[in-house]
Amino acid sequence: MMRLEARSLSVDLGARRALDRIDLSLEPGRLTVIVGPNGAGKTTLLRSLAGLAEPAQGDVILNGASLAGMRASARARAIAYLPQGGGVAWPLPVAGVVALGRLPHGEKPDRLSDAGREAVAAALQSVGLQGFAQRPATALSGGERARVLLARALATQAPVLLVDEPVAALDPHHQLVVLDVLKQRARAGATVVAIMHDLSLAARFADMIVLLNQGKIEAFGPPEAVLTEARLGAIFGIRARVLRQAGSLVVVAESPIPDAG
Amino acid sequence: MTRIRGSEFCSSAPERPHEASLSSGHFVLYPEDATKPSTSPLHVRRMSLVRPALLPGLIALIGILSLASLAIGPAPITVPLALKALVSDQGAASTVVREIRLPRTVLAVLIGWIFGLSGAGLQGLLRNPLADTAVFGAPQAAAFGAVLVIYSGLIGTLSWALPFAAIAGALLSIALVVAVAGRGATIVVLVLAGLAVGSLAGAGTSLAISLSPNPFAVTEIVFWLLGSFEDRSVVHVWLAAPFILLASALILWAASGLRALALGEDTAQSLGIDVSLLRGLIVAGAAIGTGASVAVAGSIGFVGLVVPHLVRPLVGYDPARTLVPAGLAGAALLLAADCAVRLIPSETEVKIGVLTALLGVPFFLRVIARRKAELVESPA
Repeated sequence: MMRLEARSLSVDLGARRALDRIDLSLEPGRLTVIVGPNGAGKTTLLRSLAGLAEPAQGDVILNGASLAGMRASARARAIAYLPQGGGVAWPLPVAGVVALGRLPHGEKPDRLSDAGREAVAAALQSVGLQGFAQRPATALSGGERARVLLARALATQAPVLLVDEPVAALDPHHQLVVLDVLKQRARAGATVVAIMHDLSLAARFADMIVLLNQGKIEAFGPPEAVLTEARLGAIFGIRARVLRQAGSLVVVAESPIPDAG
Repeated sequence: MTRIRGSEFCSSAPERPHEASLSSGHFVLYPEDATKPSTSPLHVRRMSLVRPALLPGLIALIGILSLASLAIGPAPITVPLALKALVSDQGAASTVVREIRLPRTVLAVLIGWIFGLSGAGLQGLLRNPLADTAVFGAPQAAAFGAVLVIYSGLIGTLSWALPFAAIAGALLSIALVVAVAGRGATIVVLVLAGLAVGSLAGAGTSLAISLSPNPFAVTEIVFWLLGSFEDRSVVHVWLAAPFILLASALILWAASGLRALALGEDTAQSLGIDVSLLRGLIVAGAAIGTGASVAVAGSIGFVGLVVPHLVRPLVGYDPARTLVPAGLAGAALLLAADCAVRLIPSETEVKIGVLTALLGVPFFLRVIARRKAELVESPA
């Protein structure tokens, strides 16, 4: 169980301040979804939480200790990170790609421990790719490859899981499958953070939503508290209706507001 | 470092356009029919039988080619006589075998090994099957570094300063190309940057030759620019061997990190790999190996580009597992080429650098032709 915190975190991308004094506490056992318009700083925030972006100010704290002071191997075991839209450079077999998730545990892909082998098989199973183990990862469709890469992150079995747009390339069936997996991970005690653009899916699966805009947190809380029609208008520049249906919020984006966004 | 073992880490895809590099944030999709994998059990079984035999097989091949290399030459010496001459005094035969043929055999093995290793390492680092020291203009830059030193007239071609100067030149060129093309650059940028660096180094070398007031230095430079193992002595072996061993250690040290890099720099970093260190190790290893090789054998290219492609169908695409087989295959290839230049009937021996370029450039063009689609848009 690990709590991940950003304390007064600022990050610069070149001359631009991408994140401006972010304070955020991410609790174990919860699926937190980061939403916000393009260029809001979502990916920078997730990379910072993963320890991959150098803070200009402030700090990222994992269970009370600064991430910057951690050994890379310890950090890699604690935090699994899935970048947005990643590729695979060589036609490695799917099982080999997923097995790379065991590197933080000191396991080489061709010499996995029993636990490692189980983790790889379970990860493949959970994203519905159990029959794909020996297929070259480069010969898959975009959505299949995205699920392979997610399985790689799952195979680390880290207590913190940070995923950047895990469902963007997926069909509706697999969007639900993947979000279920993330939710299960959170229920099992992991700290799970995902970036998403589909606000209805975010509202349905997230325990907490971070609404990010221009490098600042506009709102942080449960979906119904964060996703209001007024905020969607002000921040996303859309006329939207937020409906409550079968216990969940449904965001219907109706039209862009002219000269906004 | 890299053990060959049958396992789930098995690539069954023959070389196809899609094997090329896709860095984070960019997919290139290919038509379905071009990407059908071969997954038949027979194929997998054949792979697992080939792999354990590959390293011993390559070592045996190097052994056989070494014997041939000791026996081939103007003086007629049979293989048994060559072996005898090596261990006991056989008069003129011993002089020929020990002082002429043994050094060139050892150099061909060492230099072929480090070229193969460097090529496989750079291809893994840049996630690009077209990466190689020769493509980056490193041999020309190493030659320029060495020429500058010879040009000064202060030292000859047998000085310890020569490898250092050549290494400095190679380091500069590889670091320059990797800096330009390292992140998200296209294959075109990579090749163009290498072309520019190589041309610049070539121009510098020409300038040094044309401006040289010392005819002796010009003779030495020209002699030395024609890459060859001809007339190399034990001194040359001692000059190059320590650097080549160091370079091998640096590249092999980086091996396991290369696996993670297949998924891009951010993912590798998140898996606990120090990507900057990895880049430094490979660049330094490739530069030291190329510099030391050029310093004793002149400009020999394209071995490192070719051999990783030759071994991948047998060992799979895991960059870490390509290294050692590529090194051994490089040694075998250069040794075979050095035997070949002695067998080609001609008045003076064909330079091995010429032969490797004659074989390597068409191969390079073939790889480019197969990847035309990516050359348009995909990052390296």
